[in-house]
Amino acid sequence: MSKKTEEMMSKGPSRRSFLRGAAAGTAFVAGAAKAGTPDPLITEVQPWASGLGDGVDATPYGLPIEYEADVIRRNVEWLTADTISSINFTPIHALDGTITPQGCAFERHHSGAIDLRKEDYRLMINGLVDRPLVFTYADLERFPRENHVYFCECAANTGMEWAGAQLNGAQFTHGMIHNMEYTGVPLRTILQEAGLAAAGDLSDKWVFVEGADASSNGRSIPMEKALDDVLVAFKANGEALRKEHGYPVRLVVPGWEGNMWVKWIRRIEVMDGPVESREETSKYTDTLADGTSRKWTWEMDAKSVVTSPSPQAPITHGKGPLVITGLAWSGRGAITRVDVSTDGGKNWQTARLAKPGEKMALTRFYLDIDWGGEEMFLQSRAMDETGYVQPTKAQLREVRGLNSIYHNNCIQTWWVRPSGEAENVEVS
Amino acid sequence: TPAVAENLGLGRVALPEEIAAWDKDVSPDGTGLPPGSGDVLTGEEVFADKCASCHGDFAEGVDNWPKLAGGWDTLADDDPLKTVGSYWPHLSTAWDYVNRSMPFGDAQSLEPDEVYAIVAYILYSNDLVDDEFVLSDETLAEFELPNADGFIVDDRLETEHSKWVGEPCMTDCKDAVEVTMRAMVLDVTPQEEGAPEEAQAAPAEQEA
Repeated sequence: MSKKTEEMMSKGPSRRSFLRGAAAGTAFVAGAAKAGTPDPLITEVQPWASGLGDGVDATPYGLPIEYEADVIRRNVEWLTADTISSINFTPIHALDGTITPQGCAFERHHSGAIDLRKEDYRLMINGLVDRPLVFTYADLERFPRENHVYFCECAANTGMEWAGAQLNGAQFTHGMIHNMEYTGVPLRTILQEAGLAAAGDLSDKWVFVEGADASSNGRSIPMEKALDDVLVAFKANGEALRKEHGYPVRLVVPGWEGNMWVKWIRRIEVMDGPVESREETSKYTDTLADGTSRKWTWEMDAKSVVTSPSPQAPITHGKGPLVITGLAWSGRGAITRVDVSTDGGKNWQTARLAKPGEKMALTRFYLDIDWGGEEMFLQSRAMDETGYVQPTKAQLREVRGLNSIYHNNCIQTWWVRPSGEAENVEVS
Repeated sequence: TPAVAENLGLGRVALPEEIAAWDKDVSPDGTGLPPGSGDVLTGEEVFADKCASCHGDFAEGVDNWPKLAGGWDTLADDDPLKTVGSYWPHLSTAWDYVNRSMPFGDAQSLEPDEVYAIVAYILYSNDLVDDEFVLSDETLAEFELPNADGFIVDDRLETEHSKWVGEPCMTDCKDAVEVTMRAMVLDVTPQEEGAPEEAQAAPAEQEA
């Protein structure tokens, strides 16, 4: 066993051992590369090269290998009164690519993650429709399906950072987000099944959607969006939705704030106007400096963050080649460009997109540099296909003040020290 | 798009009893309210029994649980207190939310008259009615909350998007960069097994 492996196994996984292990492993590898003495990991027959691994019957449904036990959802206790109506965070600092593994994709519940069997599932369509209908889960599987990748970002993502630099890690500052490939039925198809003639002129109509859980999470959506790209989804990343993500059926509302992605969706009502429910009056309204508040701030604006290096992902390999990477996304279309600064926004370089941006989906960017070991103030700045450029926090504050709570899409700064450590800071 | 006929014949017609059981939402004009009424003093009793353990005897909130009263004229302050009285635009929302989702952990257990009484008591706790006040399906929609006019429809396209477009600065964009705020100073991030000390120690080892 390698020193790193031994250490991880004896200590158990934690951030502490991850960091110590990473540093020790780095030293070992670096040493091996320079040393004149042969590397025993190569010259000695290792157990895995001689004995046997696990059989194919060992793990009918697998979890990540134990050495990755640090890549987990995390809770911030002081944010909410209890863990039932609360939030946790996706470990974006440790992920790459764009697809979020469902098992560590963030959760936000208002009355907990409920257990709803397919057999017990019912979806009702009522209100201004020709025929109010009830569907079973099996009915939904008989409608023509579509597949799309979209991000789901909580309206409150980065919300704790309005007043200053608070939480030290990309997971905590930007981790109320996940990005999955959804399979489902367009909401349009289901509304057409119930018939919209009864609604008359559709341009001023709304749908009210609510979940089967105690909170209901009811939200009003204008008919134009409902007929455009909203999905009634039952699969994510190839398999059934996770319980905590709305099993067996959730709403997918591309580009719009996560609160509207109603989970365990049980009812869709066609209406003359918005309900102005609790989740669109008391919550998910954005108070400006003068005390008035914006309502119906549905779109999530263009945003990005460097995921590594970052406070939870320090540089442990010393000077030389360094991969700076991160995520960018926009609720108003595709990401077209991401610029990265290493000097706090004085100068910018255009990063490389791993593939062309997709509409309302996470986009991965890379900037490969030769790090001289100097202090850096790392920033990323996203641009979307509407021409919008991700603003600084100062620009946002100038328009909104400090108490909007939601929709903080400001440029993030990580202060990287010569030691490789990184910290969440604000800069002038 | 797939070739879908107007109608695939999936699902079945929802029965009136089923719609009545699930369609409980109440709109600002009162649509959806069931017949009933409740007064402040009845509301005080129901509130004490079913709500006060989290929201306080006077709806002022216990610990981190939501405050339902107070905060008048604080919305433009540094630290606004948003309650039914100070912030919510419509009384229908209070009725609808209490009826469908409260008490926390025992939702949908209240009778309509209890909900009217609780909402009447919340108004009383916010000094918006006297203790004689009776709330009913007839009067609820007429009741105007103080912040009814406090909301504007999303105007980001005009106030933000229009000015944050175009080619951004790429070089020599500012003279100085100074750290003005640090998360490590605030120190409120959850830690595992004293991670910060270790995190600082590890790279130092590597440098040595």
